[in-house]
Amino acid sequence: MYTFSKRLKITSLVLIIVGAIGWISSYNSSHHLSLEDVKLLLAEEDAHHGSSETHDSAEAHDDAKAHAAMIHASIEDDHHQEEAHHGDEHAEHVLHQMHNRPYAALYVAAFFFMMISLGVLAFYGIQYAAQAGWSPVLFRVMEAITYYLLPGALIVLGIGLWAGDHLFIWMDPEVVAHDELIQGKSGWLNKTWFAIRGLIFITGWSLYRYFSRKFSLAQDLADVNDNSNFKKNFRISAAFLVFYIYTESMMSWDWIMSVDPHWFSTLFGWYVFASMFVSGITVIALITIYLKAKGLMEFVNDSHLHDLAKFMFAISVFWTYLWFSQFMLIWYANIPEEVTYFITRIEDYKLPFFGMLILNFIFPFLVLMNSDYKRVPWFIVMAGIVILFGHYIDVFNMIMPATVGDRWFIGVPEISAVLFFLGLFLLVVFYALSKAPLLPKGNPFIKESEQFHY
Amino acid sequence: MGASKVIHALYTDDDVLMSAVKTVKAAKHHIEEVYTPFPVHGLDKAMGLAPTRIAIAAFMYGCVGLTVAITMMNFIMIEDWPQNIGGKPSFSYIENMPAFVPIMFELTVFFAAHLMVITFYLRSRMWPFKNAENPDPRTTDDHFLMEISVHDNEKQLKTLLTKTGAVEVHVIEKEAH
Repeated sequence: MYTFSKRLKITSLVLIIVGAIGWISSYNSSHHLSLEDVKLLLAEEDAHHGSSETHDSAEAHDDAKAHAAMIHASIEDDHHQEEAHHGDEHAEHVLHQMHNRPYAALYVAAFFFMMISLGVLAFYGIQYAAQAGWSPVLFRVMEAITYYLLPGALIVLGIGLWAGDHLFIWMDPEVVAHDELIQGKSGWLNKTWFAIRGLIFITGWSLYRYFSRKFSLAQDLADVNDNSNFKKNFRISAAFLVFYIYTESMMSWDWIMSVDPHWFSTLFGWYVFASMFVSGITVIALITIYLKAKGLMEFVNDSHLHDLAKFMFAISVFWTYLWFSQFMLIWYANIPEEVTYFITRIEDYKLPFFGMLILNFIFPFLVLMNSDYKRVPWFIVMAGIVILFGHYIDVFNMIMPATVGDRWFIGVPEISAVLFFLGLFLLVVFYALSKAPLLPKGNPFIKESEQFHY
Repeated sequence: MGASKVIHALYTDDDVLMSAVKTVKAAKHHIEEVYTPFPVHGLDKAMGLAPTRIAIAAFMYGCVGLTVAITMMNFIMIEDWPQNIGGKPSFSYIENMPAFVPIMFELTVFFAAHLMVITFYLRSRMWPFKNAENPDPRTTDDHFLMEISVHDNEKQLKTLLTKTGAVEVHVIEKEAH
C-alpha cells in the first residue's frame, strides 16, 4: 500500500501554484497589449531587421533588383497607398497571435498530460484484451495514471471551448462568414457539435476506466476460483479498444487538427495515437521505477522494466514511422493546400520541428537499443525524460504554428502551464495510487506476472 | 597424442539434463558440448557460455548499409547527374533526403539481416554439403547428449553421470583432429 507522502503533495501543490501565478501573469500582460504597442514593437523589429538585411543582400540582389525595378516602378504607386492600411492589418494579425499565446500554451500542456493518461488507458485495455502475462503487476500504476483522464480531458475540452477562436478560428463567426472552405466543413466544425462530441468521447473513456477499475478491485476480494470480474474486464476492454480507436481519431481531428481547419491528413489520428501511446508507456515506466526505488514494488523485476523499455523503444520508432510517412507523402506530392502545413513549420519552427526527431527517435533509438541498458533504471529514466520532452514539443508543433505563428517561444506561459499541469497530474495520480494496494493479487495472471523473467 | 577419450551421457528429459549440467559444472568438469533436439532455455547460462555478440555485428552491418545507401544516392542523384526530375530539388543531398529515406532504410535492414545471417553460418560452421557433427542421431529427435572429455578419471565420471539420471553412458575413442 502506498501512502501519499507529504513531500510529494507539497511539491505538486507548489508546482500548481507557481504554474498558475506564472500563467496568469503572462495572460494579463498579453491581454494588456494594444494595437499601438504591437506597432511600436514591429517598428523596432523592422529597424533591427532592415539594417542587417541591406548589408547582406545589397550586392547579391543587385542584378535581380535592376530587373525587378522596372516591374516595381509600375505598381509602386498603388502599393504606397495600400501600405498604410496593410501595416495596420499586419499589426492586428500579430496582436492576435500574441493574445493567443497564453491560451495555446495552456492548451498544449493540458493536452499533453491528458494524452499521457489516455495513452495509458489504451495500453491498459490492450493488456487485458491480450491477456498479457507479464503486466498485471503494473496494473495499479496504470489505473492510477488513468485516474487523471476524466479531469484532464474535461479541462482540455473546457479550455478549447473557453479559448474559442483563440485556438480554433472556425469558432469565429466573422472568419467563417468569409471563408468558404470552413463553411463547407461547418457541418462537423461547429461549437455545439464539438462540445457534444467531446463529451461523448470523455464519457466513453471514463465509463471504461470506472468499470475496469471497479472490476479490478473486486477481483482482489473475490474467491480464488471466481474469475468473473476478470472476464468482465476482458470483455469491456475489447469493446473499449474498438470505441477508443474511433474516438481517438475523431478527438485528434477535433482537438488538434481543427486548429488548422484548411488542412487535413488521413493518418493524423494514428500519428497522435503513437505520440500518446509512447508517452503513456514512458510514464508507466517512470512511476514504476519511482515506486520500486521506494521499496514499494519488490514484485516488479528487471524484466518488467525491460519490457516497458522495449515498448518505449518500439513505439518511438513507430511514432517516427508515422511522422515520416505523413511528412514525406505531403513533401513528395507537394500539393499546395496540404504542404503549407509543413512549410510554416519548417520556416518558423525549424528547431522544434526537426529537433523533436532527435529527441523522439534518434536518442531513444540509440540509447534503448542495447538489451542490457533496458534493464538499468537510470537509463530508462534518462531516455524517458527525453521522450516526454520530445512529445511535449510534438504537441507544441501541432498547436502553436496555427495559433501564434512565428511569435512562438518556450517562455513563461509555456513553462508555467507545464508546471501547473505537472503538479495537477502528480497530485491526482499519486492520490489514486494511495487508494488501493499496489499488487492486484486477485488477477488470475498475477503469479505468472510476478515470476516473469525475460 | 593420437586418440583421446570422451564420455557421452544421454538423457531423455531437458529438466534432467539441466540439473545434470549444473552437477557436472559444480564438480568442476569441463563440458565439451551438449547436443539437444531443440533449444533448452537457460542451457547456455548453466553451461557458462559467453553471450553472443551477433547483435553487435548486426548493428555495425546496418551502419555499413546506411553508408552504402547514402554514398550511392548522393553520387548518382546529386553529384553525377543532378537532373530535375519532377521538380525535386537535387542541389544537395539534404534537400532531397525524404525521397531517399525508403532506400536508406531498406539497405540498412538488408545489410544488417543478410550479413548477420552469413556471419552466423560462418561462426557456427554451417554450409551445404557439410558433414553432420552430431554423435548420435537420436539427439535430433528425443535425446539429449552431454560430451565430457576424459583425463584418467573415467570411473569417477561414469558414476557421477549415472547418478545425474543419464539413461546411457558411453566412453568413446575420438580421433584427435
